[in-house]
Amino acid sequence: MKKNSVQNVGFFALFLCIASTIIFLGLIIYFISARGIQVISWEFLTQGPRMGMTQGGIAPAIVGTFYLTMGAILFALPLGLACAIYLCEYYPKGIIGHIIRISINNLAGVPSVVFGLFGFAVFVKFFGFGVSILSGSLTLGILILPLIISSSQEALSAVPQSIREASLSLGATKWGTIKNIVLPTALPGILTGVILSIGRAAGETAPILFTAAAFYTHGYPRSVFSEVMALPYHIYALMTEGTHPDKQTAIAYGCSLVLLFMVLLISGIAIFIRQRQRGLNG
Amino acid sequence: MDNKVEIKVEKVNFFYGKIHALKNINLDIYKNQVTAIIGPSGCGKSTFIRLLNRMHEMVTNTRVTGEILFNGWDITDPSIDAVEIRKRIGMVFQKPNPFPKSIFENISYGLKVNGIKNKPFIENKVEWALKKAALWEEVKNRLSDSALRLSGGQQQRLCIARCLAVESEVILFDEPCASLDPISTAKIEELILELKKDYTIVIVTHNMQQAARVSDHTAFFLMGELIEFGKTQDIFTKPYDVKTEAYITGRFG
Repeated sequence: MKKNSVQNVGFFALFLCIASTIIFLGLIIYFISARGIQVISWEFLTQGPRMGMTQGGIAPAIVGTFYLTMGAILFALPLGLACAIYLCEYYPKGIIGHIIRISINNLAGVPSVVFGLFGFAVFVKFFGFGVSILSGSLTLGILILPLIISSSQEALSAVPQSIREASLSLGATKWGTIKNIVLPTALPGILTGVILSIGRAAGETAPILFTAAAFYTHGYPRSVFSEVMALPYHIYALMTEGTHPDKQTAIAYGCSLVLLFMVLLISGIAIFIRQRQRGLNG
Repeated sequence: MDNKVEIKVEKVNFFYGKIHALKNINLDIYKNQVTAIIGPSGCGKSTFIRLLNRMHEMVTNTRVTGEILFNGWDITDPSIDAVEIRKRIGMVFQKPNPFPKSIFENISYGLKVNGIKNKPFIENKVEWALKKAALWEEVKNRLSDSALRLSGGQQQRLCIARCLAVESEVILFDEPCASLDPISTAKIEELILELKKDYTIVIVTHNMQQAARVSDHTAFFLMGELIEFGKTQDIFTKPYDVKTEAYITGRFG
């Protein structure tokens, strides 16, 4: 009887924790939706801003955030995956692996505004990419690199040793085994890291502050060297600058709602791919 | 013993770091015969069988001395590509380890990694291998299902079929029935007896009855040493080392 009541208290505590998590998530979605929904319209989603940001839409910022996020993933995923493969499959105990691991852990702890300054110094100035999609994507890419590496590493090491051995025993080379057996099996886990990274990259403001973002651009970016509008920075600017705080606040909520849905959409695509791969993996 | 020797093991020593895991092993493995390796846990029998297709390289910091001659090659020679050896000497593991892919892809994988792209050839080969492993009738209508949905016994026969498809000449079985029920075990044993017509087989087993049932020759390992090697019926009826007798009569191990 006593044992049972202890268990019930435990379950109740767990239930409270779960419930509060869901409540917070619900509250965020509710407030953002309730305040943002009124400015959402076809025009808001498809047109550029007019009249000092108080009219028109945010289409260039949506496009900009999309480009920056995709650019960051395109840069960080191959690099991060290569790192993870090296660490897991080739030299898990070597000195280089050790150095990489320490670097990753340190990289993960660097504040995002520092990444912004780093990107400004290296990509904008040193490489001369200027304030551009390229500089911003690379900066965001470095920011999400530790996330990609550690989740890929986890996914790779979760692949059972026994199926690696099976592949080798059939005359496959080490690389053949990694490419044909290990990577497909680890893909769902790798994609989980990608999904988390998308949310992170799309939402970060500080890293793009000095490297990519503009408060206003005329029309859409023309090349990777163009500066862009981006949703998180747009929200920040709307709340801190300008001459029509009331109208701007409403638009800022609208932007937040759009950003939320964008992350949801891009993650949704990655989740779809992941589920399909899980199905294939049996 | 008028059979041809397929693999000749000469003065083989094996070290894990400083641990001397195999001590001066000399052993002939005969063509188209089943050689059983028996002995208590930790005696080096799995270590030994993994040397035969260089799977010991999965672990770092190991050292081999001596020679393992196969087809004029010395398997222990690092200049010989392990990939080439493994194409000729296949392995079935303790726990069934199908790939998380379809039944068909599991069998065709070995062909694909060996560069075969001819589709009709691959299809024929998959069917042939599954028939040879006595699995065809059970899976012929669901080749595209995941291999992970098969039962343990079926998975192990799938792993055998996978091995056969690459045209190995020797098949190493590392306790293939350790995780199987008696009925599945009986099927695998039956299969081994069938396969020895075309293949040379080495089987590590914990199960003395199994060694007696399937093998022609038996090697008894103890603490890294080969205590006795001979015809299975001799080993089981008139072993000449007291340690072998003690082990097979169940006094230890």
